[in-house]
Amino acid sequence: MQEILDNYKSVLDKDVKIWFKAASVKDFPTDGGACVKYKDKQIAVFNFARINKWYACQNVCPHKMEMVLSRGMIGDDKGLPKVACPLHKKTFSLENGENLNGDLEAIATYPVKIEAENVYIGFQE
Amino acid sequence: MKTIIVVGNGMVGYKFCEKFVNQSQNKEFKIIVFGEEPRPAYDRVHLSEYFENKDAKALEMAPRSWYEENNIELITNVRVTDVSRNSKTVTTAKDAKYSYDYLVLATGSSAFVPPIKGIEKEGVFVYRTIEDLDATMNYVAKIKSEGIQKKAAILGGGLLGLEAAKALIDMGLETAVVEFAPRLMPRQLNNDASKSLQIKLEALGIEILLNKATQQLTGDNFITGMQFSEEETVPFDMLLVSAGIRPRDELAKTCNLEVGKRGGILVSNDMRTSDDAIFAIGECALLNSMIYGLVAPGYDMAEIAVSQILGDKEATMPTAIDMSTKLKLSGIDVASFGDALNENDGLEIVYENAFEGVYKSIIVNKEGTSLLGGIMVGDASDYSMLHQIFLNGMKIPENPAQLILPAIDGAATLGDVMDLPSDAQVCSCESVTKGQICGVIENGEAMDLADVVSCTKAGTGCGGCKPMVADLTTATLKSLGITVKDTVCDHFDFNRQDLYKIIEVKGYTTFNEVLDNHGNGGHGCELCKPLIASLMATIHADTANKEYAIQDSNDRFLANIQRNGTYSVVPRVPGGEITPDKLIALGQIAKKYDLYTKVTGGVRIDLFGATLNQLPLIWKELIAHGFESGHAYGKSLRTVKTCVGSTWCRYGMAESVSFGIELENRYRGIRAPHKIKGGVSGCIRECAEARGKDFGLIAVEGGWNLYLGGNGGANPRHAELFAEQIDNETVVKYLDRYLMFYMRTAKPLQRTAAWQERLEGGLDYLKEVIIDDKLGIAQDLETEMQTLVNKFECEWTQAVNDPEVMKRFNHFVNSDEEDDNIAFVSLRDQKMPQPWV
Ligand code: SRM
Ligand SMILES: Cc1cc2nc3c(=O)[nH]c(=O)nc-3n(C[C@H](O)[C@H](O)[C@H](O)COP(=O)(O)OP(=O)(O)OC[C@H]3O[C@@H](n4cnc5c(N)ncnc54)[C@H](O)[C@@H]3O)c2cc1C
Ligand code: SF4
Ligand code: FES
Repeated sequence: MQEILDNYKSVLDKDVKIWFKAASVKDFPTDGGACVKYKDKQIAVFNFARINKWYACQNVCPHKMEMVLSRGMIGDDKGLPKVACPLHKKTFSLENGENLNGDLEAIATYPVKIEAENVYIGFQE
Repeated sequence: MKTIIVVGNGMVGYKFCEKFVNQSQNKEFKIIVFGEEPRPAYDRVHLSEYFENKDAKALEMAPRSWYEENNIELITNVRVTDVSRNSKTVTTAKDAKYSYDYLVLATGSSAFVPPIKGIEKEGVFVYRTIEDLDATMNYVAKIKSEGIQKKAAILGGGLLGLEAAKALIDMGLETAVVEFAPRLMPRQLNNDASKSLQIKLEALGIEILLNKATQQLTGDNFITGMQFSEEETVPFDMLLVSAGIRPRDELAKTCNLEVGKRGGILVSNDMRTSDDAIFAIGECALLNSMIYGLVAPGYDMAEIAVSQILGDKEATMPTAIDMSTKLKLSGIDVASFGDALNENDGLEIVYENAFEGVYKSIIVNKEGTSLLGGIMVGDASDYSMLHQIFLNGMKIPENPAQLILPAIDGAATLGDVMDLPSDAQVCSCESVTKGQICGVIENGEAMDLADVVSCTKAGTGCGGCKPMVADLTTATLKSLGITVKDTVCDHFDFNRQDLYKIIEVKGYTTFNEVLDNHGNGGHGCELCKPLIASLMATIHADTANKEYAIQDSNDRFLANIQRNGTYSVVPRVPGGEITPDKLIALGQIAKKYDLYTKVTGGVRIDLFGATLNQLPLIWKELIAHGFESGHAYGKSLRTVKTCVGSTWCRYGMAESVSFGIELENRYRGIRAPHKIKGGVSGCIRECAEARGKDFGLIAVEGGWNLYLGGNGGANPRHAELFAEQIDNETVVKYLDRYLMFYMRTAKPLQRTAAWQERLEGGLDYLKEVIIDDKLGIAQDLETEMQTLVNKFECEWTQAVNDPEVMKRFNHFVNSDEEDDNIAFVSLRDQKMPQPWV
């Protein structure tokens, strides 16, 4: 199980080596998410249209190791953007991946940029 | 400055620290706390919750930072091994020495493991610490991965054992409780009460083995069974020992403090041991020749030790210590208080109703003027009030039997919470009185229940007093003319009913419109989004396809998500009636997509294990065979269960199937605060379990009897008789009005049962609104329902016919591949998700 988690390490803007072109902006729901495949990784990407921001994180929920976070509902916790896992409603900050309603390990987050109506996710490798 | 060393950072050791830092003189002392466990003190009373959520943090009494902020040096993961009374020092396992002025022993107790032959085998566990639970869960996962049904035994049928049994059965093991005594909870219950409880536990699937002395455990390395006699060996795959506790007095023995013959550090009622500078509190202390295995007395002991150290020599433990208990098992009410077993020759009054599984007994004094104790099984709703009457020596009715007889026509016999004396102790764990609870509200410190709990700590111990604290809070707020605020979440200052009116009047059609115009400036969350989606569905007959990103996760994909992220598919089978052709179609489709197939508890067929990508493909085929969505994923009508009725049954009085189908088709698709279920039985034998449903019909001479507000679930409740001998048309009329009234006014996620129970004025009021149209809204309710019925559309048919919607069901936006993380294992010729580790 640890192996799955080891496959996901947060990437900071400054460390991006590859900008992966994932899909077109219109392929994502408004104020919701979808899952992107990059090599052997599953990345949940959220179009937080209300604040005009995009977020990306691992798709696997550290609670039960299922690939489901992209299907979760997004919203905010006192202003902090978050996603709620569809399985047991554990919530995670989309800014830094922290588990907001428990002590699960933080999830990995990735930078997102939009260029020419396309969504790019930043990876180190 | 003086130093206090506390050995043991359990519930009571922690409480000592908390009470100490609340004292003004605390600056004159330095506190050092040693804890043997790896983490700061946690709430052992609610340990079982850890099985459910594995969230150790949630159980913490206070975070590590709290100790720092209060200048307490907390040293965890270290055991104190020696005390030198002469030099007033303690030594740790790491050989470090610390001096003290006062020493407080709060070493608690350990699980007692009887010396049975073979008890050292693998697969035997105790139930005391988080580590114990981790070890148990790992073993359960291990044996479950072997695929065959496994069975666990619990040794000991006391409070803890029963809690453990529930936890194990929830983990999917067959479970049996093995008790030496002839009854369950032998210290709290008499034989009759135990029998009542046994029936309830057996209904949960827990097997009860009484009068069993275990001779030995069988198995080579790991346990394979328990031998009770030469003839009787029962196979088990694991054993959880819950056979009592042993006070941890080993440290006291190293320094020759006096201990009891059967263990426990001897203390007098000022909590001092035989050495004046050393105190013992909590489960390690032997007071009045007793070990008090509950938190409340432990907390009182902590309070006394604090006062004594601060110089209040008068502070002593009361002579009578309350040992009342309430079992914390969801769905099972068991409580006992005072002299429950009538050991002091009181007079006993018993009420037993085997039909409803209720047993209650009370003990009163010979004069019949005061309550000495009592037991309640099956219905402990009056426990708090009776317990208060007992504790406060309050007056009891002239005919004491009234205290336990069921109320006739809802007439309360027990009086109002507000009648309690101000010094009545409502929360015994935290010693909080009624006066304190009302006080924090009256002086403005607390505005709601959450505030009351955080100001007074009432209800944070065993939680048994919570309903009473809630009642007191509501009543006090009301007496001050404050209406109780129940907003849906942080994003709105409104409750569900307010939002209903706002959306209806303003005609909003999107979530953002409602949030932007009436929200608090945030962006919504998993509470308000599905709530507003549900309101839109009721007000505008929207399906879940309309604004899918605000739907609850199951509605978003029109299917129920399962353990491994796959989904289940439940087509509607109205009334449970299905043609052979449709059955064959279901079988063929299930076979084609390799789905696990099961008949549900709601008389239809569930196909499990569909991946997201497969969902629309499966539904396309189902729809082609004439099926439609069963809304098993929605807070909406699920099923109307029927019996065959007069069509086939020799006793049937009416066509229950036909009517059930009509009702299911009428209300299919409507969204409500919670799910809705119906039942229609053809006669009073009630094979459709109609009284266990939100609405139920039973055919009688001259028409239908209509029952409303029943449910199963964790708190089962029978539906109440609402109208008798009415015809089909009247049933539909009343149901339209009832359901719509519920949908308009209930709280989020409140089933009809809970809503009806809390409806002011009760069933009589409901009859006035629905039958007599007292509010003059009956016509509106009917019209609104008719609109929903007319506008019904199957949302799966919508989905498979719209290529845009179909895209929602791709696991990846940038690839047609499926989720490669999903793994199945085989199970009885079918498949199941690979178990979680
Ligand atoms: C499949 C089924 C069990 C089975 O294998 O038989 C089932 C499965 C689930 N039930 Fe149930 N319940 C099923 C019949 C029942 C029944 C029996 C009945 O309907 O007669 C009850 C008791 C009656 C009642 O509802 O009052 C029942 C009371 C619950 C409850 C408790 C509701 C309550 O008011 O306390 C929940 C929890 C909830 O809804 O909050 C629940 C929740 C669930 C959930 C949705 C839990 C979840 O969120 O995953 C399960 C979904 C599994 C799935 O994906 O299909 N299920 N559930 C049954 C589906 C019936 C159907 O055809 O739609
Ligand atoms: C599953 C479960 C459910 C329960 N439910 C209820 C309930 O509903 N109501 C109720 O009133 N009570 C309940 N109890 C009992 C309640 O938890 C105990 O009464 C309470 O925890 C006692 O507190 P304590 O501090 O005396 O002991 P503990 O909580 O056991 O703490 C003692 C601590 O001292 C440590 N220690 C011991 N020796 C040393 C040493 N030499 N050096 C350093 N550290 C040491 C131990 O490791 C332990 O952490 C329940 C208990 C369990 C296990
Ligand atoms: S199907 Fe119902 S009773 Fe069974 S585990 Fe799921 S929620 Fe619990
Ligand atoms: S799997 Fe995500 S919360 Fe349980």
